[in-house]
Amino acid sequence: MKIPYPVLIKRTEDTPKWLPVVTSVGAVLLAFIISGIVLAATGADPFKIYSYLYKASFGSWGAFSDVIVKATPLLLIGLGCSLAFRMRLWNIGAEGQFFVGAFMASAVVMVPLVNLETTPTWAIISLMAVLGMVGGALYAFIPGILKAKLNINEIITTLMLNYIAVLWNNYWIFGNWSEAGFQMTKTFPKVAWLPRLADYAKQVPAFSGMTLHVGILFGLIAAVIVYLIIYRSKWGYKITLIGDNPRAARYAGINIAANTILVFMVSGALAGLAGMTEVSGVVHRLQERISTSYGFSGVIVAWLAKLHPFAVIVVSILFGALLVASREIQPSGISFLIQGITLFLVISSDVLLKYEIKWVRPAQETAQ
Amino acid sequence: MAFPEETNTVPAVEMQDIVLRFPGVLANDHVNFTLYPGEIHALLGENGAGKSTLMNVLAGLYKPQSGEIRIYGKKVSFNSPRDAIANGIGMVHQHFMLVENQTVTENVIIGLDTPRFALNLKKYDQEISNLAEQFGIHIDPTAKIWQLSVGEQQRVEILKILYRGANILIMDEPTAVLAPQEADELIETLKGMAAQGKSIAFISHKLTEVKKVADKLTVLRRGRVTAERVDLKDFTRESLASLMVGREVIFNLHKCEQTAGPEVLRLEDVCALNNKNLPALRNVDLTLHEGEILGIAGVAGNGQSELVEVITGLRPCTGRIWLEGKDIANKPPSFSINQGLAHIPEDRIGVGTAPNLSLTSNIIMKRYDQQPISQKWQLNYMAADNLANGLKLEYDIQAPDVHTQARKLSGGNLQKLILARELSNTPRLVVAMQPTRGLDVGAIESVQQLLLEQRAQGCAILLVSEDLDELLSLSDRIAVMYEGRVVGVVCSQDFDITQIGLMMTGTHPQDLPGKGQSEEFPAQSADSSFDEVLEGLRHYEEAAQTEPPKETEISSESEGPLEEPPQLEPPTQPDEPLLNLSEKERVLRKVLGEKYKQGDEE
Amino acid sequence: MNWIEIFRSGISTGTVLLIAAIGEILTERAGIQNLGVEGMMLVGAMAGFRVAFTTGNVWLGLLAAIAAGGLLSLAHAVVTIHFQADQTVSGLSLTFLGTGLALVLGDGLTGQTAPVIPHASIPLLSQIPYLGPIAFTDHNLLVYFGYLLVPVVTYFINKTRPGLHLRAVGENPAAADTLGVNIYRTRYLYTFIGGCFAGLAGAAISVAIAPGWYSNLTVNGQGWIAVALVIFAHWNPWRAALGGYLFGILRRFTLDLQGPRILFGMANPFFFNTNLVFFLQMTPYILTIIALIWGSSAARKKRIGAPAALGTPYLRGERGL
Repeated sequence: MKIPYPVLIKRTEDTPKWLPVVTSVGAVLLAFIISGIVLAATGADPFKIYSYLYKASFGSWGAFSDVIVKATPLLLIGLGCSLAFRMRLWNIGAEGQFFVGAFMASAVVMVPLVNLETTPTWAIISLMAVLGMVGGALYAFIPGILKAKLNINEIITTLMLNYIAVLWNNYWIFGNWSEAGFQMTKTFPKVAWLPRLADYAKQVPAFSGMTLHVGILFGLIAAVIVYLIIYRSKWGYKITLIGDNPRAARYAGINIAANTILVFMVSGALAGLAGMTEVSGVVHRLQERISTSYGFSGVIVAWLAKLHPFAVIVVSILFGALLVASREIQPSGISFLIQGITLFLVISSDVLLKYEIKWVRPAQETAQ
Repeated sequence: MAFPEETNTVPAVEMQDIVLRFPGVLANDHVNFTLYPGEIHALLGENGAGKSTLMNVLAGLYKPQSGEIRIYGKKVSFNSPRDAIANGIGMVHQHFMLVENQTVTENVIIGLDTPRFALNLKKYDQEISNLAEQFGIHIDPTAKIWQLSVGEQQRVEILKILYRGANILIMDEPTAVLAPQEADELIETLKGMAAQGKSIAFISHKLTEVKKVADKLTVLRRGRVTAERVDLKDFTRESLASLMVGREVIFNLHKCEQTAGPEVLRLEDVCALNNKNLPALRNVDLTLHEGEILGIAGVAGNGQSELVEVITGLRPCTGRIWLEGKDIANKPPSFSINQGLAHIPEDRIGVGTAPNLSLTSNIIMKRYDQQPISQKWQLNYMAADNLANGLKLEYDIQAPDVHTQARKLSGGNLQKLILARELSNTPRLVVAMQPTRGLDVGAIESVQQLLLEQRAQGCAILLVSEDLDELLSLSDRIAVMYEGRVVGVVCSQDFDITQIGLMMTGTHPQDLPGKGQSEEFPAQSADSSFDEVLEGLRHYEEAAQTEPPKETEISSESEGPLEEPPQLEPPTQPDEPLLNLSEKERVLRKVLGEKYKQGDEE
Repeated sequence: MNWIEIFRSGISTGTVLLIAAIGEILTERAGIQNLGVEGMMLVGAMAGFRVAFTTGNVWLGLLAAIAAGGLLSLAHAVVTIHFQADQTVSGLSLTFLGTGLALVLGDGLTGQTAPVIPHASIPLLSQIPYLGPIAFTDHNLLVYFGYLLVPVVTYFINKTRPGLHLRAVGENPAAADTLGVNIYRTRYLYTFIGGCFAGLAGAAISVAIAPGWYSNLTVNGQGWIAVALVIFAHWNPWRAALGGYLFGILRRFTLDLQGPRILFGMANPFFFNTNLVFFLQMTPYILTIIALIWGSSAARKKRIGAPAALGTPYLRGERGL
């Protein structure tokens, strides 16, 4: 019997502009279906879980505010990853840079670096943000320079640095900064808090209980800046050129080593800023579990957004919802599972951007 | 050589009405090809005429859309190279298919079925060395591929086929990578194999070579046969050429007479390592003047690419490189670009362009930092598109628009894109590496014309090419490189292809016979020619220890400090009888390498 | 400090890295880089423990772990070999997928106990002074399996026909293809084998060396260390073994540092300030980075590098997939 089978044929003309969007959305939907099947196999009810997912994330303004709060670090980290991935630098170390950023921001309060009684809030917050970014950037400098000068695989160095950063934070929160032996610092004074909607509940009663903080603005501004860098600036041109063909870039006189370090540091700075927003805007202290794998989810967010900074905004909100919902459902690995399947499907669907599928009947093959 | 009686013999290969279509191209349009046992049959045609495609069909790499193949009268259909091998057909590709860090033996036995598991490599070493002897091929089966010269690697490719018991050999432009003398040697080997009953299909686009090697000839042009199984003696060079190209071949290159101006580029005692950390350039001295084309001749892999990389700042070196009075050695590429250096790289896709970026992005690669494209931190994409549109028109780059991705351009258009980028920026020095390789005749002409125009405008041009004809017709002077050294520099009035050929195998100019006496050189067997290379190098070494190396043209200021005589005792005398050839060569390389490093450290 | 015990248990924990690294060496030698070792190990650890727990048979657990790791690696194989996706991204997603699957399917296993791989001493060999108690006494059987694995895999890679083909596919797939070696099949096979080894390495943790299921802390980065070890080892099983055992020993050594009051004649800082333990815990990760730096600079000097075709998809001629 002659069954038609699919053959992939290299696309000769340009890929239609809508296709990447369709494949990405399709991949996400398919990921939910497959994850649903896996969930059903483990005995859970996928429909119940998904409807719960939806309610817990978009069901009310309060829930949505939570989603945005979760999306903020994802957005910042996703932007950093987009920039690095454009140069084919696999910065998987956003998690570690996030922790170092959080640590540096906390140091402002815990050391303290400024007089918390007299310094105005804006100055403290600015200092925290700047130090968070510096911390992340310096931490990303390590894999950057190892990659640039010695061509050391950055995936492994950044990953190892993740573990080291967590242990470094542990040293402080278990030790000198520990509050009464608990594994966390004391709560920051209000002056070191990022302004939240709930702070204005007196003026606007609807805001009461809303945790949304000003960090999301940092994220949106960063998105615009990253957009300008990639699509408007000379530096972005260089990054794109290096990403597409490093040998050509070198031949064109571009300093690849310097740009590698620089991109790593910018990417790290954004992750560090994410760490700062998390301690200053959400938990208001440094503690062990301030990240639910934001660093890794940021990687997926960037990839799913096809490295476009504005698409990162949308995708990070989606993933924020996933994180909000999944902290309450069991088993706990479900969000990892969905993320993993999604990423797999997205990179698989990329094949459709390069190839067309034609159905061929065996008999036709030679006669064609 | 015994010509088979065609009426009585079954042809070894019969290909009939082969049609093969690639997207957009009809590569083979009802092509016929017949090959008899014991004959060498040449396939002649330009680049892109479909000769390699046809032979790839025979070798099982492509499946034709229609047509019939008979091997010794039996109809066959190949789905993979494996099927072709099973039918006794083997192909030596233009780019060798060898695993660099495996030995000769290992490369030969890849893909065989027996033995199924454990390998007794010693036994195979012996078998392969016996087989090589049978066909007069000299090779050390235990050598790793990366230790071998290009000529030796080609022998490994031939052995791979012979070991599989192939009776039909396809050679895809086998001489393109060889020096003239090596090519003669190969031709002798092939004739010997034909005498032992092997059938050989010989792809070439060189008319002279085809006359030397082949019994019969088939000519292809644009996927069609223009002459099938003709006898070579019935044709002149000119009639063959017109069959091949379809029109009179006149290269109307306007090369104006002009005297060279002031010096633009000077290399002093430049040494560099290749990617394997072996010495690739040894004490190179060169000068290049305004309005001059300096050709660099040599067999591939004798330091030409490293020379180009050193000048363009892509490879570290010792010594000095002066570009209009500024030392550009070991400076980043951007420095020399700003000094007016243009570089037409050998690898158009891998180095010369960013394949997934637009025409515009590729055009502005070297001037994104110049007005009006650069505006403070911003890049003015409008201005960039304008520039690209202008150059696209001026250099006749065939593409839908300037937003087309570079990878969608054909080879010729890609090269035009690179030339447009490099030459439109009024360079002082153009370094061009193999600028016409792989292009069709029309494109070759226009590239060469562009280079000559630059010359007329007073630009200095360093032209590296493996095509001697191109070098002879374009260059004002030719420097010949061998094993990383400039063996000699010849002026255009003294050009002599035999002499240059000998220099390409390492013979030093002062050891060359007088001109016109080259016929006295007997055809050399592999042994003698190699020994001569050794001899030549030894002479050179001795000369280097006592006096500065003599060049046919020496500009007094180009003499760099001399290499100190090495204090090492050479581990072996070059005429040690126990060593076989490749070992000799390795020893030689090692000795030279250590000397090189010694010189380097000072 | 008990040096014999440090070495002995170092060899035991090093076996996990050894098995995972050898699997990854086989995969990378075929030209496929699979960064998902961590994920595959987690799935292997979970499957091994789960099956051993439910059936009460540890050998079935091992089989399940091998199968689980292998199956998961096939996802990477399809995506990178057939769809020519970026191997880095695919490897990362494999890590997520493996972690997610392991956490979901391993739900409820924490705190349970399951049968473990039996221990044994080798007669005669265990009598050798120093070496005997360290290497041949009361180890679980997987440790001895590790001893056998290294020479066998070395022999396989260098002295057999499949090994020859494996190397050819990783170095120059086009050359191997023209000689009739099936590139796709070879790459699928060794990606799968690498996955099987990773699964086994995971189970070596959960049912042998540190029995139990502690969600994603079970593997805790050892998969990534194994990937780094491959680079450090220059794709050579002997060096991988050396590196793996060395890591294991150092790991145990840093743990034991906290024990004594007096260390090398001084007051032991780790004993008096328990928070300094976090710095000790950093050492494997810092060592990995140092090993990577050292390994790659040594590779540059000796001109040994990664398999030439590592990370590049193979596409034959014009014919597409």
